[in-house]
Amino acid sequence: MLDFVSTRRDVLKVGGALVVTFTLAKKACSAVAQSSAQKKTVASDEVDGFLSINADGQVALYSGKVDLGTGLRTALTQIVAEELDVPIDRVRLIQGDTALTPDQGPTWGSFSIEIGGTRIRQAAATARKALAEIAADRLGVPTTELRIESGRVTGRGRSASYAELVGSGTFSLKIDDNAPTKNPSTYAVVGKPVARLDIPEKATGRFSYMHDFHVAGMLHGRVVRPLAIGARLESVDESSVNGVPGLLKVVREGDFLGVVATTEWGAIQAARKLKATWSNWQGLPERARLWEHVRATKINSDLVTSNVGDSAKVLSDAPKRISATYDFAAQTHGSIGPSCAVVEINDGRLTSWSASQATHRLRRQLAAMMDMPLDDIHCLYIEGSGCYGRNGHEDAAGDAALLSRAVGGRPVRVQWMRADEHGWAPKGPPVLVDLRAGVDGEGRVIAWESEFFVPEGGLGPVPLIAATLAGLSTGPIPEPYRFNFPNLMAFNAAIPYTFPNITTAAHLLAETPFRWSWIRSPGRLQNTFANECFVDELAAFLGADPLDFRLGHLDDPRGAELLLRLAALAKWEKRPTPRTGVKGDVVTGRGISYVKYRLSRTYVGAVAEVEVDRRTGEINVQRFFVVHDCGQIINPDGVTNQIEGNIIQTVSRTLKEEVLFDRSAVTSLHWATYPILTFPEVPDVVIELIDRPNEPPWGAGEPAATIVPSAISNAVFDAIGVRLRSVPFTPAKVMAAIEGH
Amino acid sequence: MPTSVLLDINGRAVTIEVDDPGMPLLYALRDHLELKGPRFGCGLGQCGTCAVLLNGEPVLSCETPLTKVANKKVVTLEGLGSPEHPSPVQQAFIDEQAAQCGYCLNGMIIQATALLATTKNPTVPQIKKALADNLCRCGTHLRIIRAVQRAARNA
Ligand code: FES
Ligand code: FES
Repeated sequence: MLDFVSTRRDVLKVGGALVVTFTLAKKACSAVAQSSAQKKTVASDEVDGFLSINADGQVALYSGKVDLGTGLRTALTQIVAEELDVPIDRVRLIQGDTALTPDQGPTWGSFSIEIGGTRIRQAAATARKALAEIAADRLGVPTTELRIESGRVTGRGRSASYAELVGSGTFSLKIDDNAPTKNPSTYAVVGKPVARLDIPEKATGRFSYMHDFHVAGMLHGRVVRPLAIGARLESVDESSVNGVPGLLKVVREGDFLGVVATTEWGAIQAARKLKATWSNWQGLPERARLWEHVRATKINSDLVTSNVGDSAKVLSDAPKRISATYDFAAQTHGSIGPSCAVVEINDGRLTSWSASQATHRLRRQLAAMMDMPLDDIHCLYIEGSGCYGRNGHEDAAGDAALLSRAVGGRPVRVQWMRADEHGWAPKGPPVLVDLRAGVDGEGRVIAWESEFFVPEGGLGPVPLIAATLAGLSTGPIPEPYRFNFPNLMAFNAAIPYTFPNITTAAHLLAETPFRWSWIRSPGRLQNTFANECFVDELAAFLGADPLDFRLGHLDDPRGAELLLRLAALAKWEKRPTPRTGVKGDVVTGRGISYVKYRLSRTYVGAVAEVEVDRRTGEINVQRFFVVHDCGQIINPDGVTNQIEGNIIQTVSRTLKEEVLFDRSAVTSLHWATYPILTFPEVPDVVIELIDRPNEPPWGAGEPAATIVPSAISNAVFDAIGVRLRSVPFTPAKVMAAIEGH
Repeated sequence: MPTSVLLDINGRAVTIEVDDPGMPLLYALRDHLELKGPRFGCGLGQCGTCAVLLNGEPVLSCETPLTKVANKKVVTLEGLGSPEHPSPVQQAFIDEQAAQCGYCLNGMIIQATALLATTKNPTVPQIKKALADNLCRCGTHLRIIRAVQRAARNA
């Protein structure tokens, strides 16, 4: 089994896990194995928080960051195997277990390697140093003469294995930020395309996803959501489900409604048949006037994210000005497997199994909702269907908690149906952006201004649906995290280019139509779309080649190198955009885009090649060329896999995806009304990775998504001279843009 | 009233007790037989993740009532191979590292197995067409196409 998932009820006794640990044998004579049951630390400044070595020499790696289907399991295993010099198959990953793994914050923001992995590397380096010192003592050989290979320390013909050295016990060491890490030039495991550890089981049906998890005596629950987002539950006709085989209970708590049955099919049928009356609620804006609504939403405050010179004055005096407005639709996560969780409450203690990307946070939310002490709640992570942000997993756990409580704490599995996921998982918020630029008499850009209409905040816990519907506590949830920049949707509002006068400002809105959360590259995706298209508009306005134009305003050698490598990879021919002299109904174009992620991390550049059918408005994205620099690469195949995924998923979001709704609720409740990209529509993706082994490793989980919409829009402009400023680029919008041109 | 249903799953005759013989095959496979290959994705016939082979043909088990599988042979992902002895198509998916979360793989491998049974050397457009109704949210499509090509080459 790849993951250790505790299903044993007796593991938790006194608020922590019973783990058998062994005392690190400082002296040879104290190697008496003295196993003791004690609470494993989850402190993130302790080596024991992250690592333990057992008497067989197996290394357990405890990660608060979890593998969301990204290959993180393999990458973290590589880091530890490398730093400790043990074979990869001797490392076992335990992830997202609030009793065993440190609280490293939610698995988000492409930080799992950059922050999570770096911390784990340092823990391993500290452990390695300690092991060497113990070995020196034990073997009577100075550390300088010791070699470590395959979990064994050797010198002067003597040797001891980690198992012998650790013998028994914990490291009891603070993580030493100065413990030397290995020189990347000696790496044998990191930087190599190590095969993913989970794929053989996934390809053969052996792998246990969250959805496959069960415990003895488990019941099946389904939720019945309100017909309108803010509707009140007026009445429930329980006779409507009389006789549904297996039905145990209809559970009602405030506006929360659900069923529990002994069989899954019984629960599904009961949820379908249950008749309930809901009040009328029409609190959503009119969809046709969404952008007016966003523009008119109350602004809590303005956040200036960059300010150079005096853009207002220069712009008003500028001989030439151009301006444009961009918008990006609300979108949904659309995991292929809808959210799923199991909860049981035993002796006043609640255990939750889910694919939550933030089990420590979920634990605090469940404690608030259930009005239970934090110590009595244990949340475990089990990998689910791919998740690209905070989708419905936590909510499913909240649902399961209420249903379990209603049946005396018996374990209840809640599996969301497709409509629950499409309708009720939190949404990426709709974003509106105004841009303006001024150009002087010599054709130089002298001012850039932008305004982003985005919801405020966004990094805190997303309220659990069950808590909201049942009228239970949704917080405040006290959290140990500090965010330097708490307004998620304002990321990458600032630009990487050196114009003499710049103001980029976010209007932080008091509300947004849907319960919202982060979906792969929140803010950075929408804002980079607007910025990189508008840069292209400026280049076109000035008759400049779009690549040259960017290079001419970039004061960043690493970014410039990336763009030049991109030009070579894509065989970029310098010329202004749009193309001239194109004939025919189906025309091709190419567009470029560039991002420096959060202006401080991973660099990505891309060229999109598209084909546009002028008769139908259909866009066929044929190819993406991508150059990617995320510093040190842990696993090149893993990074390539992530980039391919980011490009394809974001082509889907760019061309097709938009949450549909009426005044009451989301109406795009399945794949026919919320279509995503299918095989015949998938572009080729050609990738060049820039590896910088001596640089810190940066994230690769989402930066490549951000340049996709702008690269496509710029390519469409190149093909047909029409600018697409509203995601998704549906055929109807393309036709409207052609006609309005 | 519980009813006994006789099924032929992965070459094994099994009898299960169900409340409703109109129940989709998917729940019998997952809940009664504890098979994990066929997966719930939509229950609406829109995503392909629940696919199994029924007498060699790919069908969506979320839409196939038990009444329709009597006397037919059901093969699931587990029936094709195991981590120790993967089928050629499974091996090709492993070799091409064709997964991110892998939740969609069941449908992809079942569909590809059916395609290769009838089309020895499919072109890329043929592969794309055969998999057109199988959704992948992670964007693993290119690797999946390469895996199918590899399986065809190795056949
Ligand atoms: S679950 Fe059967 S097609 Fe989606
Ligand atoms: S690999 Fe995640 S859905 Fe296909």
